[in-house]
Amino acid sequence: MGIRTIVLLLSLLVSVSVQASPKIEHWQTENGARVYFVPAPELAMLDITVAFDAGAARDGKQSGLALLTNAMLNEGAAGLDTDQIAIAFEDVGAQFGNSSQRDMAILSLRTLTDKAAFSPALEMFTNVLSKPDFPKASYQRIQKQMLIGLQAEKQSPSAVSSRAFYSNLYGKHPYASMPAGDEESVLQLSLDELKAFYKQYYVAKNAVIVLVGAVDVVEAKSIAERLALGLPAGEPAKKLPKVIPLSKGKTVVIEHPSSQTHIVMGQAGMSRGDVDYFALYVGNHILGGSGLVSQLSNEVREKRGLSYSVYSYFRPMRELGPYRFGLQTRNDQAKEALEVMTNTLNLFSKNGPTEAELVAAKQNITGGFALRLDSNSKIADYLAMIGFYGLPLDYLESFKSKVNAVTVEQIKDAYSRRVHADKMITVLVGGKTE
Amino acid sequence: MLTKLKRIIGLLLIVPTVAIASVSEYQLDNGLKLIVKEDHRAPVVVSQVWYKVGSSYEHNGITGISHVLEHMMFKGTENLGPNEFSQIIAANGGRENAFTGRDYTAYFQTLEKDRLEVSFRLEAERMRKLVIDETELLKEREVVAEERRMRTEDNPHALVREAFNATAFVNSPYHHPVIGWMSDINHYEASDLRQWYQKWYAPNNATVVIVGDVEPEAVYALAKQYFGPLKPETTAQVKPQIEVEQRGKRTVEVKAPAELPYMMMGWKVPVVKTAEKGQDWEPYALEMLAGILDGGQSARFSRDLVRGNEIAASVGAGYGLFSRLADMFLVVGTPTKGHSIADLHQAVMAQITKLQTQLVSENELKRIKAQVVANAVYERDSVFYQAMQIGMLETIGLDWRLTDQYVENIQAVTAEQVQAVANKYFKDEGLTVAELTPMPLDGKKPASAAGGRHGH
Repeated sequence: MGIRTIVLLLSLLVSVSVQASPKIEHWQTENGARVYFVPAPELAMLDITVAFDAGAARDGKQSGLALLTNAMLNEGAAGLDTDQIAIAFEDVGAQFGNSSQRDMAILSLRTLTDKAAFSPALEMFTNVLSKPDFPKASYQRIQKQMLIGLQAEKQSPSAVSSRAFYSNLYGKHPYASMPAGDEESVLQLSLDELKAFYKQYYVAKNAVIVLVGAVDVVEAKSIAERLALGLPAGEPAKKLPKVIPLSKGKTVVIEHPSSQTHIVMGQAGMSRGDVDYFALYVGNHILGGSGLVSQLSNEVREKRGLSYSVYSYFRPMRELGPYRFGLQTRNDQAKEALEVMTNTLNLFSKNGPTEAELVAAKQNITGGFALRLDSNSKIADYLAMIGFYGLPLDYLESFKSKVNAVTVEQIKDAYSRRVHADKMITVLVGGKTE
Repeated sequence: MLTKLKRIIGLLLIVPTVAIASVSEYQLDNGLKLIVKEDHRAPVVVSQVWYKVGSSYEHNGITGISHVLEHMMFKGTENLGPNEFSQIIAANGGRENAFTGRDYTAYFQTLEKDRLEVSFRLEAERMRKLVIDETELLKEREVVAEERRMRTEDNPHALVREAFNATAFVNSPYHHPVIGWMSDINHYEASDLRQWYQKWYAPNNATVVIVGDVEPEAVYALAKQYFGPLKPETTAQVKPQIEVEQRGKRTVEVKAPAELPYMMMGWKVPVVKTAEKGQDWEPYALEMLAGILDGGQSARFSRDLVRGNEIAASVGAGYGLFSRLADMFLVVGTPTKGHSIADLHQAVMAQITKLQTQLVSENELKRIKAQVVANAVYERDSVFYQAMQIGMLETIGLDWRLTDQYVENIQAVTAEQVQAVANKYFKDEGLTVAELTPMPLDGKKPASAAGGRHGH
């Protein structure tokens, strides 16, 4: 049949050649914030991420402090209230975001670069970043909402298992507590503590600014200066304590009125920039990181139909982030599923992957590398990671060759030194398993 | 879960400085439709195959069969072993998966641009040559049962949603869940699956959507090569199953182990496909109304119910204007401590009454329109999302060009029209309310021994 070609728009684009990896521009603002920039002129928009080393790892004994501080920033700033701040962003279609995990506390803005939208959005973002007012009424409301969030967690077997996993795995390390805190600590937080936390950690030398979008490097420099201007130089956050790996395994069973048992198992894994990063990353890709074609998925789901989802992943963090395994299965199958998962791990640790599996994994990772960088938001996430953890600027460029250099022996060696199935935390949350 | 403004189908081009967005449309002799949208920002391509079948095509007893068939599509064909499809895509650096909805079943791969051929070769193979193996099906039934336990049985909000839909829709197939009832999941036979596949999987019931760094004519040639030889099928005509008129408010209670109360309210409303002649602005007015209530932190729900009187711990409005059959306008929420479901219900109704009696302000209208215009640019940051928009519209029987007209249609909405739809549709006659009554989490037997009762 016939062909119809519809050209929606006739305005032509100045074509930009697409490179394998984007060229990253990097500099520091006058007061010491590190800036990472990639131009992306195709869409008339800009993504800004400002990441501070001000996540829950900085909570101290006041669990929930980092999250609540972060959540308060857009509640009042430069004398404007929550409504006025929200209106300023939304009137011009800008999207403001804030979030706080264990390492990073983030503020983000996505805006059109059209001047009528961009100027007011950037101005309000700068206010929120550097002139927060910490209004008391908002503080009380968000505190209550956090308590409701903690209650909601209790009705989710998945959330219950995560919390138990972190607290048992990390013990006294700052990574042990959840960013959302716990009821006792959230109730005890005070507005003064929030303000002090902000003052100490939301400073230029503790910040990474990421810009991706339709601005040139001159504009990017001026934007970054404006963002950082209101921040005192301050000091970078202190080094976190080292994670001490568990000396023996432990199983935690939590009863929950669910039809499935959620199993989470794991140990301390690796840090960003870890010397074993590529051997462990590629190894785990084969074991449980590649979705439907991983060994775990094959054993647990394809062969036995025991679980809809089964996975393993490293979450590299400033210090050793978790190496985590998980699945969910009908209560009476929990024991069997856990056995299959553990056996698969043990076999892999002992034998490593086959050459064929390694080749397939490399093909998968390198052959799809462009997919990791096919949008502004993905590039912005990578820049935040590279900047925050101080990874080399050629991290993306050299990624493929480092993956290709990994051998079966290196994977076996790294697993034998770093992964210990007999020293893992195993959490089971669910109904009676027999 | 809810369709909020940021997830709304939007249009590509408002800002005249953005890149060229060219879309080419083809149809093969066997009826297969191919839509190619160029996006040259990165050397990647997303390939999606959409079939006009989903849970709203199913009848009682085989609910969820479209979804389990989607799972079986990875389990082998005449020339591919179980899971081999996924292995080949993986070896080519691809990401892949599939999803089933009420009105569609879709399969996708994202690949570097020179690997598109792999996608076409494999998708063409499983379009007509699927093998449903008994043993594989028995295992996959278990996997789907686990999926249902995870998503629904152990999730109190999902249980409420299921009860809500089953109460609100009497004879519309939106009555039953996409994943199907557990009893139906446990009793699919291989022959059921084979019939379902035979009936709906054919080039003349499929739309292939390609977005990425490609040249349309080359994609067309590739499509002719791989999909061209496939024989068309006499596909079944799905019956209209028009929902009977609701004649009064309906309520349903769900008791489940939970910590917090939760409620869903929904009114029967038209969608673009079902809007009355001459009233085709109504879905856009409803969309605007959803934005006025819940389009961001400055919208009325956040401002008045979460912040103002602090009755809601969370509250959201949801409306999707693109579905095959008439749907609902939803409001869901959880009250704060010290407030009841009744308080939240009353506060929501006060908001509705305000919309019925007072015109919304020009500022509010302008703000929602600004967000829609901006989102239309932001959405272009994702090739996957762009393909989704096209595939979804085509598959429910609408023209993909509606994505272009969406922004215009929203911009045309007036305060009077918002008030008019508020008065016409937000009436108790068309209202369904579902409430979750939390039961203690401890000291109870596992909630869903029902899950364990299945088996064979």
